[in-house]
Amino acid sequence: MIRVVLPAHLRTLAKISGEVELEVKGQVTQRSILDALEARYPMLQGTIRDHVTQERRAFVRFFACQEDLSHESPDVPLPDAVGSGAEPFLVVGAIAGGIY
Amino acid sequence: MSKVRVLVGTRKGAFILESDGKRQKWDVSGPHFAGWEMYHVKGSPVDPNRLYASQSSGWFGQLMQRSNDGGKTWEPVDNKFVYDGVPGTHQWYDGKPHPWEFKRVWHVEPSLTDPDTVYAGVEDAALFRTTDGGKSWNELAGLRGHGSGSRWQPGAGGMGLHTMLLDPSDPNRMYVAISAAGTFRTDDGGTTWKPINKGLYSQFLPEPTAEVGHCVHRIAMHKSRPNVLFMQKHWDVMRTDDAGEQWREVSGNLPTDFGFVIDVHAHEPETIYVVPIKSDSEHFPPEGKLRVFRSKTGGDEWEPLTKGLPQSDCYVDVLREAMAIDSLDSCGVYFGTTGGQVYASADAGDSWMPIVRDLPAVLSVEVQTLA
Repeated sequence: MIRVVLPAHLRTLAKISGEVELEVKGQVTQRSILDALEARYPMLQGTIRDHVTQERRAFVRFFACQEDLSHESPDVPLPDAVGSGAEPFLVVGAIAGGIY
Repeated sequence: MSKVRVLVGTRKGAFILESDGKRQKWDVSGPHFAGWEMYHVKGSPVDPNRLYASQSSGWFGQLMQRSNDGGKTWEPVDNKFVYDGVPGTHQWYDGKPHPWEFKRVWHVEPSLTDPDTVYAGVEDAALFRTTDGGKSWNELAGLRGHGSGSRWQPGAGGMGLHTMLLDPSDPNRMYVAISAAGTFRTDDGGTTWKPINKGLYSQFLPEPTAEVGHCVHRIAMHKSRPNVLFMQKHWDVMRTDDAGEQWREVSGNLPTDFGFVIDVHAHEPETIYVVPIKSDSEHFPPEGKLRVFRSKTGGDEWEPLTKGLPQSDCYVDVLREAMAIDSLDSCGVYFGTTGGQVYASADAGDSWMPIVRDLPAVLSVEVQTLA
């Protein structure tokens, strides 16, 4: 089971608390996780990646196993620890820098 | 007894303020969607409990919300705004072509006849519509496609379609205003559009009387006279008596004719309201005095309304969507500030009181008059 941690605003939007556990078929990648996440929670479509281009939104970052994976290709396999559920896949809102 | 419900969008959430017809004691609920920018919240004229809200954030983009119970509960609806066909380009700040990119919904305008039909004005400027209560949105592409779209250019605040007026006497006629492209009208339900900016003069333009490029901040109409429009332009307060074919300036004796809001009295079509702001480089009231100006002559002659408003050391702004007028007798006037106050007048502007003082910066104010 894949574990996904969402930022607070998206947990509120999807009406979930704590981590999300997802069944992901095939290779575990950013794309396959996000596809599974959006299939279960359609209201998250467009909030993490662009509706049309499917690119990560600029102020959203992806982390796992203490690594920033934001600039990895969405189709690169994620570390085995994510696939096994030992480590979560983290969706993080970037630091605002104080304007907001 | 009548009630009013004021819908307030702020930089950090939405608030709903409710009162009976006396409009002296208020119940405040919120923040709804805490932490999100709420550009606009508006109710259906045919089903007042049906509300639509634009929710956005720099991190997570655009969401649209719908309520069927007057804002007690909400459900997210479709948030996919995709331009029709190949979006093309408009001008960027440097005058070079720049691809059309969706950023956010500035304005939601529910239909006058159908609670499931709603228009959405977006940045980069375009008009979308849903006819299924928000389950899907489609662009009315004739607005961008009428020929001048490639010459539109954003103002400092972005290139947003921010105002939409629906003609209650003619379902095929609508007006929209775009910063900084100007005002446009359709007479065929949104299929084709024409710019209606004759008479506007914008010093900053290479051609000050150009067909498009004017920074229109807001337009307003009285429902009994849909051919008469009032405009707060970047500078200048304007009016037209022929549905936008020709505008004339009615700034008259205002202390400054820069500002954002403009609105019309509910029962007196020649009574209009503005909030003068010092200048485009100093977005606060002149002399630190927050004054609404009212004209009972459709412009030119203005009187300051100050009772209950701060008359010293006040340096807030009143943004374009942040004024609304109820239809009680006498009509109530409401406006919100970037300092988080929402002021109400239950006597058509003669006196004011704050409903709330410490909200996040107010982006929009709408009011519903409920039976």
